Amino acid sequence: MAQRIGVSAEGHGKMCLAVPMELTDVRTGGRGTARADGIVRDVDISLIDDPRTGEFVIVHAGFAIERLDRAEAEARIALFEDMARRVSTPEFAS
Amino acid sequence: MRGMALVQAHCARREGRLKEHGQILLAHGGGGRMSRSLIEAEIAPRFGKGPLKGFPDAASLPDPDGPLVFTTDSFVVQPLEFPGGDIGKLAVHGTVNDICVCGGKPLWLSVGLILEEGLNISLLRRILDSLAAAADECGVTVVTGDTKVVARGQCDGLYINTSGIGRALPGFSLGPEMIRPGDAVLASGPLGDHGMAVLCAREAVLSGTGPMSDTGPVHRLVAAAADMAGAVRFMRDPTRGGVAAVVNEAVHGTPCGVALDEQNIPVSPATRSAAELLGLDILHVASEGRILLFCAPEACDPILTAWKAIPEGRNACRMGTVTADAGSVLLNTLAGGRRLVDMPQGELLPRIC
Amino acid sequence: MKYVDAFRDPAASRAVVSELASLAGKLRESGIRPAIMEVCGTHTMAIARNGIRDVLPPEVSLISGPGCPVCVTEPGYIDAAILAATRATVFTFGDMLNVPGSEDSLATARAAGADVHPCYSPSAALDFARANPARETVFLAIGFETTIAPVAALAAAAENGLPNFSMLTALKLVPPALAALVSDPAVHIDAFLCPAHVSAIIGSDAYAPFAGPGGRPCVIAGFEPLDILYGIRCILAQLADGQAFVENEYARVVKPEGNVKAQNLISRYMEPYDAAWRGIGVIPASGLRLRKQYGAMDAESRFGIRVEPGTPPTGCRCGDVLKGILNPPGCPLFDGRCTPENPVGPCMVSSEGACAAWHSYRRIAPAGKDA
Repeated sequence: MAQRIGVSAEGHGKMCLAVPMELTDVRTGGRGTARADGIVRDVDISLIDDPRTGEFVIVHAGFAIERLDRAEAEARIALFEDMARRVSTPEFAS
Repeated sequence: MRGMALVQAHCARREGRLKEHGQILLAHGGGGRMSRSLIEAEIAPRFGKGPLKGFPDAASLPDPDGPLVFTTDSFVVQPLEFPGGDIGKLAVHGTVNDICVCGGKPLWLSVGLILEEGLNISLLRRILDSLAAAADECGVTVVTGDTKVVARGQCDGLYINTSGIGRALPGFSLGPEMIRPGDAVLASGPLGDHGMAVLCAREAVLSGTGPMSDTGPVHRLVAAAADMAGAVRFMRDPTRGGVAAVVNEAVHGTPCGVALDEQNIPVSPATRSAAELLGLDILHVASEGRILLFCAPEACDPILTAWKAIPEGRNACRMGTVTADAGSVLLNTLAGGRRLVDMPQGELLPRIC
Repeated sequence: MKYVDAFRDPAASRAVVSELASLAGKLRESGIRPAIMEVCGTHTMAIARNGIRDVLPPEVSLISGPGCPVCVTEPGYIDAAILAATRATVFTFGDMLNVPGSEDSLATARAAGADVHPCYSPSAALDFARANPARETVFLAIGFETTIAPVAALAAAAENGLPNFSMLTALKLVPPALAALVSDPAVHIDAFLCPAHVSAIIGSDAYAPFAGPGGRPCVIAGFEPLDILYGIRCILAQLADGQAFVENEYARVVKPEGNVKAQNLISRYMEPYDAAWRGIGVIPASGLRLRKQYGAMDAESRFGIRVEPGTPPTGCRCGDVLKGILNPPGCPLFDGRCTPENPVGPCMVSSEGACAAWHSYRRIAPAGKDA
């Protein structure tokens, strides 16, 4: 077969888009594996100081650019859940 | 010198492969002895019954007694095999589904193969097996075909063209002009799995239980909706361009619009993750085994019930409503706002089917 | 998806929206009609895609800023990239393909035979260079700090043992652009909605010069709809209280000091220079380029290519759109000569460009909601 280069999507490339993924493997040479809902992919983790398996990182274009602080995330989720509860109570709706 | 060494190593590998598995050679398409042996070894055992028996130059078909539905499609997907399917299966489903959503029962199929010199014969066998199995499942017969071989580099492994003939089912009277404000818009299952599966296979960096292509036949879904045929306005399979293209085309030039609810758009978790990762709008991504169906409001529940009773429809849902807002396709977002659902621009995902 | 879905909850959105309405009521009493600039193109796209404008109080307007890397890249860069593609295999983010250069785009050059490949990750370019030692490989490194960090990691990986790999850089920095905007008298902005992932690299402290007495509220928000709505809520709350400070509403990712490891890697390989921004002009120390000692990795010196400013299309007002002076429909070319199918200016090309977002999601804006 002729030399193949992956044909990528042409429309993507949202330049600052990044998603949280969980590190499932940390290897030498700044490489690791991360997953999110059935997606598993190699990620470059050389920008993260002391990465650990089980941590969540923010992945942009195949690179983990920062770790996600789970306590901060949970606190913010709790705030939003609390707001959601208040909005669904009857006195609010009236 | 280095270049020459590379070529020699390459040729040695090629010969190794040739002995081990066999490869397609230009002579396989020459019309002579090798063509005949390829047809006898690979085509006849799979398709050589019925009208193809004896390999006449054209198929003689019985009179189907009624109006016909006829369509054609070409398949250039890369890679040839992807999670959940391959180009052979896809070549059957693509054409069969086009017949089905036009209210037809698929009967006969033609298969044109364009092979690249050097194609691995065991890969070709897997694809032909898959194509034959898919045709059997849909109840269609391959009645005519053709095989050509082109020189290395002049095609990418294997291209397939299929044409299909079906009989128009009674009761359906379909078309965008039948759509009315208040109609329901249904999806037969999660959207975008095919496009994301192919794209993830190409990116080659994704592994594990990533998106699986939904390539599959929709004839049972159409049959399940046939009880309510009179209330079905329009059907489409959301392939290239996804839901956004189908819905925009459906209402274009009509006095109707569509409001989709983001909350009710069915997406499987792996496909959604992959779309988030790559920054793609799932409404623009292709499915190859789903139907979008527009129907009168009273037919919505009976059709959903009928669909959910069969495996390929178990995740069916209503995801939108036809409005009187001419030509406008809007999404009610999770944030509580509304935004346009535009046609995808250009070729978002080249060679997806 | 974990840590994504929770930030898209419809009930919580309704709650934040009702807080927005009461804050806007307060502002109305003080006669304030806040103009908020979302600096980052990814925010622009997320705002459009989630229909955020539709739920904002009518007196609040969102203005798209210069944070779309494709939009601020000079046409001369595209010309240089096309030249590079005649001598090397070129890898690029997909968004760059259709950006008009002075004459051609990378897409038309590819159709004419140039060796151009869109990729999701710049690692694809590195892998290709490793697998094809005899082929020159160039990555088109454009972007802001979010992308600059991976580009620095790429440089570190390529520094030893990949002599056939180089980069054509057009890397830009957000804070100098903000500094240029606030000193421009034509620009009227009451507050900044600051980028999510740029801030992950540079840290929330980087916005201190733009806040404080005489400054503007600077609120860092994530890209999910609830993050954005809540970020706007915090801006309105600051404005209602007459305050202007840096507020980090994306603390699950952004630290005050940012990602120090990434910053160190970036300064090891790159140095600031006075970069030209398409439609805006030269902004002092607003770009990064490879340091001289890494010239072998710099496609410009490697191939003797020079990125000239190039010829911007006549009539295109992308510059004013990028500065927030003009909304896209105010440009005479918008939706006439300039559409995503036939883009004249880069703001219509990039999916993150203000014009493309406006065209794709807002062409038929709901009545009374046009900002």
